[in-house]
Amino acid sequence: MNIEGVDKSKRQFLTSALTVVGAVGTGYIAVPFLAQMQPSTKAMAAGAPVTVDISKMEPGQLIRVAWRGKPVWLLNRTPEVLETLKTLDDQLRDPQSSESIQPVYTKNSTRALKQEIFVAIGLCTHLGCSPTFRPEIAPADLGPDWKGGFFCPCHGSWFDLAGRVYRGVPAPTNLEIPPYRYITDTQIIIGEDTVETSA
Amino acid sequence: MKTNRWTDCGNWILDRFPLTKFWNEHMAHYYAPKNFNFWYFFGSLALLVLVNQFVTGILLTMNYKPDAKLAFDSVEYIMREVNWGWLIRYMHSTGASAFFIVIYLHMFRGLLYGSFKQPRELIWIFGMLLFVALMAEAFMGYLLPWGQMSYWGAQVIISLFSAIPVVGEELSLWIRGDYVVSDATLNRFFAFHVIAVPLVLVLLVLLHIIALHEVGSNNPDGIDIKKNKDANGIPLDGIPFHPYYTVKDLVGFAVFMFFFAVVIFYMPEMGGFFLEHANFIPADPLKTPEHIAPVWYFTPFYAILRAVPDKFAGVIAMGGSIVVLFLLPWLDRSKVRSIRYRGGIYKKALLLFVISFIGLGYLGTQPATPGATAVARVLTAVYFGFFLLMPIYTRWEKTKPVPDRLTEQPSLEDRIPDFVETFNEVTIKTEGKSGLFSRKLNYQGLSAVSIRFLKKIKGSLD
Repeated sequence: MNIEGVDKSKRQFLTSALTVVGAVGTGYIAVPFLAQMQPSTKAMAAGAPVTVDISKMEPGQLIRVAWRGKPVWLLNRTPEVLETLKTLDDQLRDPQSSESIQPVYTKNSTRALKQEIFVAIGLCTHLGCSPTFRPEIAPADLGPDWKGGFFCPCHGSWFDLAGRVYRGVPAPTNLEIPPYRYITDTQIIIGEDTVETSA
Repeated sequence: MKTNRWTDCGNWILDRFPLTKFWNEHMAHYYAPKNFNFWYFFGSLALLVLVNQFVTGILLTMNYKPDAKLAFDSVEYIMREVNWGWLIRYMHSTGASAFFIVIYLHMFRGLLYGSFKQPRELIWIFGMLLFVALMAEAFMGYLLPWGQMSYWGAQVIISLFSAIPVVGEELSLWIRGDYVVSDATLNRFFAFHVIAVPLVLVLLVLLHIIALHEVGSNNPDGIDIKKNKDANGIPLDGIPFHPYYTVKDLVGFAVFMFFFAVVIFYMPEMGGFFLEHANFIPADPLKTPEHIAPVWYFTPFYAILRAVPDKFAGVIAMGGSIVVLFLLPWLDRSKVRSIRYRGGIYKKALLLFVISFIGLGYLGTQPATPGATAVARVLTAVYFGFFLLMPIYTRWEKTKPVPDRLTEQPSLEDRIPDFVETFNEVTIKTEGKSGLFSRKLNYQGLSAVSIRFLKKIKGSLD
């Protein structure tokens, strides 16, 4: 039997030490539990490049393809559209695309490798809806300021036909452009570029 | 004394388990104020709907497949080929909307009678946590049918997290488990919807009720009934919860189930409000529906999100509109609880708040036109004004004297002579016919009655 009484400081030390060990153990087991919700290796590997044939595209036509499960748009822009794009700068939030995501080789006034063919990920930079393609000028529902572009039906964001966002709408940046390159004059590969550069 | 086997068996359990104590504490000897009115049905109704969701939900999981390739078809399979599958699924989908109707009315009761005020702050906090958990449960459940609205709704709501600076993109990626909403997202939402969140809900319901029974129920007069007790320590204005309120709540159950059944059998989609039309098209990751809107119970918050023309600020405003509800017990500085004894300014503020909430709810279902956005901005300001200006306007409001004991409201029966008199005033007797149809409308009387009624409504706001 103990006749010297209880040494409380030792008890306190043991309690603290055990708490720390328990906390460290909990921390260790939390890592795999939380990390298992990250994209699996299969999901990360699924981003294979997609080849698109553009030889049959009419002027003004938009086609949609899936890349990494996301909609990617290819738009054949007419000369009139390209003219209009030059006049919009003062209504846009980021006309030079300096805050937007795109490969460096598309950071130009038409946001494209060849200015006729516009390639972009068709998801609004606001909350990820897919905007609708509205090429017509000044339709009744969008008003006389509409010069043709992409309209997001979810929260009313406006983009021009180079995917550049207008001022005063919820979307913060221009539409994202995926890495892509021309294999031939009529074939584009999306998800791959010759040089490993993107800004 | 002769005891039978059943009593022996019962006593064997009671000697080992505090069943009697539990029953008495929460039912037979729990004294609730005797003046509960219509608004006090919704707590027990919420429990009824919760049970409905559990039972029908478990049955649905028996045929549902949480797989992006199979989910949509398995729901149609339940609807068309599983015996009574349509009934179980409609009970579950209608139950979700019913849950929010009941919960919104339950919360409104708190605003009316000051049920969130000292000493019931913690009950309100647990209730608000329940509300948040319920919203998470409803949101994740809505992805499971894998229709167009499921898919794009989830896409939008998960993207809300990406607005958070620095960690946002990583966080939304972690929630989805993929670069877009996909099979991985569907599978984990299924896990959360059927296991994790229901467990949290049950736990919070227990905490909510334990906290309530510790301090006792509030009542339409907002008077503390524990101040007046008889010689045995029982509140003079209290009645045991069982049998008085169990029976009263059963009547509420019956009435509720009548309306619930009408919806299930005759209007299960509720014109696109309970089950949206676009959700009958399988999810298509390449195409957003022309007009997307959340289910009606999220639309007030969705309208606030859309009203702000900046991504991050919009998310903050939407989150803030829910956070501010948590702070309610500390924003309200009024000395009285019940609206019956509050000054006119709180009544008018509450009316404006209700208008803004319903207005935002309507606008959230409509496309974001410039006009609608402007109105939504005004209503958002009113919504936040109700809460953020509350410390000012409740501190200075002129309250009415609060009686010492619960007041007696006239019953429906007491009002019958009044009703008869009003009926006689708005109609005149015609000759030739007999019975109820012998009378026709008296327009003079009708206008006099309406003017009196409007004056009374106006007076009740002071």
